[in-house]
Amino acid sequence: MADVAAGYLPILLFLAVALALSSAFVGLPMLVSRLTGAHRPDPEKLSEYECGFPAFEDSRDQFDVRFYLVAILFIIFDLEVAFLFPWAVSLMGTGWAAWIAMMIFLTELALGLVYAWQKGALEWE
Amino acid sequence: MIALVLIVAIVAALVLLGWLIPGVGEFFSTAFWGGAVQGFEAAGMQQDWAYGLGTLIHILLIALPLMLAVAMVIYTERKIWAAIALRRGPNVVGPWGLLQSFADGLKVFLKETIIPSSANKALFLIAPVITFTVALIVWAVIPFDVGVVLADINVGLLYILAASSLGVYGVIIAGWASNSKYPFFSALRAAAQMVSYEVSIGFVIMGVILWAGSMNLTAIILGQQGHVLGLLNGYGFNPLLFPMAVVFFISSMAETFRTPFDLVEAESELVAGHQTEYSSMSFALFWLGEYANVILMCALNAILFWGGFLPPVDWEPLYAIPGIFWLFLKMGIFFFMFGWVKATVPRYRYDQLMRLGWKIFLPLSLAFVALVSGWLMFTRFEGGAL
Repeated sequence: MADVAAGYLPILLFLAVALALSSAFVGLPMLVSRLTGAHRPDPEKLSEYECGFPAFEDSRDQFDVRFYLVAILFIIFDLEVAFLFPWAVSLMGTGWAAWIAMMIFLTELALGLVYAWQKGALEWE
Repeated sequence: MIALVLIVAIVAALVLLGWLIPGVGEFFSTAFWGGAVQGFEAAGMQQDWAYGLGTLIHILLIALPLMLAVAMVIYTERKIWAAIALRRGPNVVGPWGLLQSFADGLKVFLKETIIPSSANKALFLIAPVITFTVALIVWAVIPFDVGVVLADINVGLLYILAASSLGVYGVIIAGWASNSKYPFFSALRAAAQMVSYEVSIGFVIMGVILWAGSMNLTAIILGQQGHVLGLLNGYGFNPLLFPMAVVFFISSMAETFRTPFDLVEAESELVAGHQTEYSSMSFALFWLGEYANVILMCALNAILFWGGFLPPVDWEPLYAIPGIFWLFLKMGIFFFMFGWVKATVPRYRYDQLMRLGWKIFLPLSLAFVALVSGWLMFTRFEGGAL
């Protein structure tokens, strides 16, 4: 167990290095621009971009419910993929029983996809 | 045309160099890679410190060349587009314009960071950090040769899938925190697009995992040795897996928001997408992250389907060339194809994009999971037929 965990230590270190690098990339220019005098904000510059017009509505507006639908479908199918990972690695050990069980599972999922398709959940006009 | 010849010549020169000068190959070898930790230990350091410092050097050996590669790759791609459009491309800064990306980087670095007054400031600054961090850490498990890998974990492919799917947070947080209409719509589109194609990518790589019987990337690559007729190295040469290789290639373009799937930053509709409100290096970080992801996807295409660091043909003399050159050669070919597609294919509409992902790729890859696993059960399973 400790060996397995030790295999992930370089990743943890990499994460720390990557975070430090990208934070430096965001932070340093803010410092530099204050030193060079490039930092000169004014209210017009700090207003949000809307093709040169003043924004006249809240930008966090209504949006199409289908984006939610896609997200829900994604959860179903991605969970499915998560089930497939251990099955795929151990298939030669678990044999026909596992294969048939997974095919039944995949068929049910395919039926779900057909249902969503027929209901029009995948349509974007 | 000149640019194309130039690129081919550079790649050929690299391969030749690796062949002719053994020292170059040594540099990328297992001994060097594993040597740092032992070297520090031999120099009298404590084991923990030697390990930490050695690993840190490995990390920088991946991260810094990667950032350099991103700069050069942007230049290369601009040259490719220019060649296809019969233009010259960048040719002013440095010899043949080679330093163009560095000039751009310096300019962007010295610019003012504008944080819109209506933005959620902390989230606004965190978003590019997330995008770039995620683009970097995925490289921890990519094998450049046998043993030349930072973290040789047994679930490497799962880690890649998990880490790269975190990238969507960078985009969606950027869109939300900007508190502006274009970034907001762009973030919604991006999230839906990314998750749609992630599903089919998940099913596609299942075929590779089934065939290799492992999620370790080195094991996957070594499993491809002599895969077809004992001659060709690569699952992509297998007729059962070739369609999946194509689906993966197209999905990887959609995952990285490349043309023809660049609806996220469709400039005629959404200005600059989720990056609209960004400036200075925070803006550049999105591009650095995107190109790091593009290179990663090229590497994944090469590793999963085309033999990674193995030569394309299982012929002894070809193994004299260090594996890293084969990997880079394959990545270069895929990168050229990415650029080629971007220069020639018009953008998809959003409904076409969703149709391709959900109605074509998903059923297709689902069917191939059943097909590939069924084939393997009949041909490889030792318990006998049903």
